[in-house]
Amino acid sequence: MKIVVDYDLCESNAICMAIAPDLFEVRDDDFLYVLVEEPGEDRRSALEECVQRCPKQAISIAE
Amino acid sequence: MNRRSITIVGASLAGLRAAESLRRHDFDGVITLIGDEPHAPYDRPPLSKQYLAGEWGEDRLALTGPEKLAEYGLELRLGTRATGFDLSRRRLTLDDGEDVDVDGLLIATGARCRRLPGTEDMDGVFVLRGLDDSSALRSALDAGPGRVVVVGGGFIGAEVASTARERGLEVSVIEALPQPLARVLGEEIGAVCAEVHRAHGVDVHTGVGVEAVDGDGRVERVRLRDGRVIEADVVVVGIGVVPNTEWLEGSGLEIDDGVVCDATCLAGPGVTAAGDVARWPNRRFDEVMRVEHWDNAVEQGAHAAHRLLVDDADAEPFTPVPWFWSDQYDRKIQLAGRIRPDDEMRIVTGSLDERRFAALYGRAGRLVGVLGFNRPRHVMRYKALIEQGVSFADALAADV
Repeated sequence: MKIVVDYDLCESNAICMAIAPDLFEVRDDDFLYVLVEEPGEDRRSALEECVQRCPKQAISIAE
Repeated sequence: MNRRSITIVGASLAGLRAAESLRRHDFDGVITLIGDEPHAPYDRPPLSKQYLAGEWGEDRLALTGPEKLAEYGLELRLGTRATGFDLSRRRLTLDDGEDVDVDGLLIATGARCRRLPGTEDMDGVFVLRGLDDSSALRSALDAGPGRVVVVGGGFIGAEVASTARERGLEVSVIEALPQPLARVLGEEIGAVCAEVHRAHGVDVHTGVGVEAVDGDGRVERVRLRDGRVIEADVVVVGIGVVPNTEWLEGSGLEIDDGVVCDATCLAGPGVTAAGDVARWPNRRFDEVMRVEHWDNAVEQGAHAAHRLLVDDADAEPFTPVPWFWSDQYDRKIQLAGRIRPDDEMRIVTGSLDERRFAALYGRAGRLVGVLGFNRPRHVMRYKALIEQGVSFADALAADV
């Protein structure tokens, strides 16, 4: 699976970073960086929570 | 706990996320989602921002696409209002005259806007809560009004003011408190919020209430208690909300500024509540709260749904660190935790002058809140420390 972020939607609320700091990081420039583009299956439930909890619905999963 | 069916009243964020959560927990019974609006579940935050600005169409607001909704196999009853519930008979009454027997019931009927007395039927006076509200206000802004007056400098008022200014309109904000958001953020930070408005050309009046809104059928001016008069073509009233619980009067459930729940979100046998309408004791903060935030609707919706699937002995308390954001002009304000005006406040990064900072709040030696202006990374890192229950001293010393 691959993490897809729609950067036109992302407003760097950093919720995803709080849920999965190994996958997402909002840096001092206030931009979101995806740290691991294709995480292992063991991170699926965390990633699904990020998709649900993102207030901008900017994250999706591509299989 | 073996349930045949679960009925969810309220088809907005909390209700929809509850339904999704039930399916994720492999509940394969019937899920009925009842909503009083005719629209499929949609997202509200853009209603004061991108949608109101005219940048987004209605199609961008959908919370869940039609394919997903179909996949969940929900029985969706839109445009239908619940008008009563009888706990002992487990029967729901709907405004189309039908009675529905329920097994599990999840209440997520949200809240509605307070209005200024005397303005209910006046043209040009708006509140902002639902899609229809935002569409009506958007049309009024499209017409290019001479001045928009926002009554209430809270988060909704501030976002509307911001969007109206970005559309090039003249805007006044009237706030009864000494500073906008003073009750939530304190006067010092409230003053920063007022400065953000003024820096963007908004005419801000604080510490003064509205005496009356005048107009013959259509709004003409707003009169303030100190005698000042502001000409207005559009008035937006953002003075808070009241939970939608009237339909539950006499139901057998306890109502007190919301549906009263236990620590696990249970309001009665086989009945839970979530979102803006739910009041429950959050043990993490030792406080009974009702939270009107987007993120809480998501989290509590899921928790209250799961609560209907487990036995009492296995039920877990709902103990979130509440969190919200508000986008105003070029500022992103985020608050996590529970803060009070008498908490100890310390700026840990940035400064009030540059309006970019993170502030920590301590009470009884414990970290209880973090507020950020354009500091999302810090807010989320400190939010995690609140979840861990760290001391205020350790939080101040933490390398974040």
